[in-house]
Amino acid sequence: MYKMLLCQRYLRTRYIALASIISVMLGVATMIVVNSVMSGFGTQMRDRIHGLLADVVIESHSYDGVSDPDLQIRIAREVADGYIEAVTPTVEVYGMLNFNFAGQWITKPVTLIGIEPEGKAKVGPLRSFLDSFNPVYENGEIARPALRPDEEIPNWKLSPEAEEYRHEKIDRQKWYESQLAALESEKTPKQTASIEPQQEVQTAALPEDPFADPFFDGQAAEQAPADPYEMMDGRVYVGAGLVSYPYRDPETGLMKTMMMARPGDDVKISTVTAGRPPSHAAFQATIVDVFKSGMTEYDSNLVFCNLEELQNVRGMLSPATGKRAITSLHIKLKDYKDAEVVVERLKSAFPPDQFVVKTWEQKQGPLLAAVEVESAILNVLLFLIIAVAGFGILAIFYMIVVEKTRDIGILKALGAGSGGIMSIFLSYGLALGVVGSGVGVLLGLTFVHYINQIEDAITFITGRKVFDETIYYFPEIPTSVQPSMVISVALGAMLIAVLASVFPARRAARMHPVESLRRE
Amino acid sequence: MNEILPTPPVHLSAVALDKSYRKGPEAVNVLRGVNLEVRKGEFLSIIGRSGSGKSTLLHLAGLLDTPDIGEIRLDGKRIDHLPAKTRDQLRNRVFGFVFQFYHLLPELNVLENVLAPLMIRYSMWEYWKKRSELQDQARELIAQVGLEHRIKHKPSQMSGGELQRAAIARSLISEPEILLADEPTGNLDVDTGKGIIELLERLNSERQLTIMMVTHDEAIARKGQRIVRLSKGQVENIRDRVAS
Ligand SMILES: Nc1ncnc2c1ncn2[C@@H]1O[C@H](COP(=O)(O)OP(=O)(O)O)[C@@H](O)[C@H]1O
Ligand SMILES: [Mg+2]
Repeated sequence: MYKMLLCQRYLRTRYIALASIISVMLGVATMIVVNSVMSGFGTQMRDRIHGLLADVVIESHSYDGVSDPDLQIRIAREVADGYIEAVTPTVEVYGMLNFNFAGQWITKPVTLIGIEPEGKAKVGPLRSFLDSFNPVYENGEIARPALRPDEEIPNWKLSPEAEEYRHEKIDRQKWYESQLAALESEKTPKQTASIEPQQEVQTAALPEDPFADPFFDGQAAEQAPADPYEMMDGRVYVGAGLVSYPYRDPETGLMKTMMMARPGDDVKISTVTAGRPPSHAAFQATIVDVFKSGMTEYDSNLVFCNLEELQNVRGMLSPATGKRAITSLHIKLKDYKDAEVVVERLKSAFPPDQFVVKTWEQKQGPLLAAVEVESAILNVLLFLIIAVAGFGILAIFYMIVVEKTRDIGILKALGAGSGGIMSIFLSYGLALGVVGSGVGVLLGLTFVHYINQIEDAITFITGRKVFDETIYYFPEIPTSVQPSMVISVALGAMLIAVLASVFPARRAARMHPVESLRRE
Repeated sequence: MNEILPTPPVHLSAVALDKSYRKGPEAVNVLRGVNLEVRKGEFLSIIGRSGSGKSTLLHLAGLLDTPDIGEIRLDGKRIDHLPAKTRDQLRNRVFGFVFQFYHLLPELNVLENVLAPLMIRYSMWEYWKKRSELQDQARELIAQVGLEHRIKHKPSQMSGGELQRAAIARSLISEPEILLADEPTGNLDVDTGKGIIELLERLNSERQLTIMMVTHDEAIARKGQRIVRLSKGQVENIRDRVAS
């Protein structure tokens, strides 16, 4: 009984103990906030990866692919009947993306994925990545509404805005060309460096153009459509990282995005043909949309292209049967829990010497593992904060034990046992831990709940954006609070507080009553 | 009353006690073969110079410390070698301690301080069940020592005499058989000291409480029925039992 009473009195009269409560509290709150944000980002990242891939992916080893997508889909559906919700055929191959920006040809290595947008949208949330289907946020508010209606299925048509842009651009270019022609007829013919970004037609007409793409062999002229506004046969969704770069606005200091190419612009794509040996193949394509998954790895690497055109250009078309070839199948399952079973079944039908069958997690194993390791390390580091608080408790408790030496002697003279004395300090430690982590949990959860408001406030005070949505592509900071995480953080903090009080408590318990009483 | 009372039995005895402290390289032999008996209901005064080992003897008798050689016997049975838990219980139930510097717990008020031995004795649940009864006991004792108006005061708000009264009330709450008082008046002025001694005398006669009181003041010592002096680590009788 005296234990609780004294413990409570010591708590109330030793304000120094408040310091250790605060340090436990801050440690716990920090861990909860960081973990929630990390897990929020992690969940978003997984969603994005998952969304761009598919639940299960079957890939052929060869870039030549396998013939007859319908047959392959039928086989897949047969072996994994009942599990599969949707399947879509794709062709994946490496390639190069070329486009002209400010008079300069930009070439980027890319992974080309030929898709049928309707089918791809069924195996994953494709539309949530496409720029024109989603509003653009700025400072947490919608700065530009979605350019396409909600019910529209992803397709290869330009949005009205992109269409308008394309018309304007082509008109401007024609005017510019006519001006240039007039100028050239006056003066001696002379090569002028053009700053106009788009000049495919010109390029094709003048093979010695210093800006010409070396891989491009003049097919463009044949591909150039009769209707000047008509889109190219190739249609692409390009990763945002390929056609834009962030920069800091010198006036406002805010991060902005510079678009180097936008929907409505034309690009050139070079890749290789199927067959032995592969040879060079190139085509022109119109950017239909820009996709932002938020994963740099994808956004600066992937180009989705219309499957048919890619198959045509690569010659993935059997002349005998008229059947097309594909390199992979993207599968959406009814329930992702069945993924392992489905992968096993598919492996039996798609032999490993020709195909790789993997779930998206298996495909992205190293990345996911890296994120997990990262979060584990961060947690260890953060837990050290609480450990520091633990040492604070240790030091403060030693002080209190020394200060309370005489009282300990008195209690022993009155018949208190060593165990009783020890439990005073242990329960004191526990009380600090419970109060500290309790308040810490509340503080942390409140912080997480209001994190975006807090971010706004900090931005308002410092005048500098803490969380820039143009960098992360999130309208606001994503968070995800895992109850198990909160509980283990709180319990861990309490355990540390108790552990830190063990040594001072033992010292108190072992104190010799007479020696303690002799002090005055 | 001329009835001849039989001599009361020996209550607490020290047999051939040796106790030495290490002070640096050399050992200080504080007690060298001390033999001392105190009978039931006796008020024994122990005098001696400062540093002669009076407190040491009292601590040994009250099981706060263990002798190097020798035994402490309660009702003829040896108690100094008992396990720690049993000795804790004996301290809690059989002995009451009063110290020169009162030794009240500063965080607790008078009532709580007086109740402390009972809080130690009972588990939380038992204490909670009995609390009103125990509190009544404590209040009564506090009234007996004349502190009823100080019941909620903290030690820091009280005078020396009041503190010592509170300490005596605390030592009595567990209804001990033996009261061990180490210079209970050492820190008080003469009049206040006298009051404390009168209180002890009253308890001795009313409750048949065995008292061992250490003092270095001979006038105070004479209030006891018997006086022994501690010097050079040995006990010598100064005055034998006085018929009271
Ligand atoms: N823990 C200790 N270590 C060393 N010497 C001690 C210790 N406790 C007491 N002493 C010595 O033992 C002697 C007796 O002390 P004490 O019993 O307090 O005497 P008294 O109460 O008669 O004044 C003194 O000389 C004191 O210095
Ligand atoms: Mg002394």
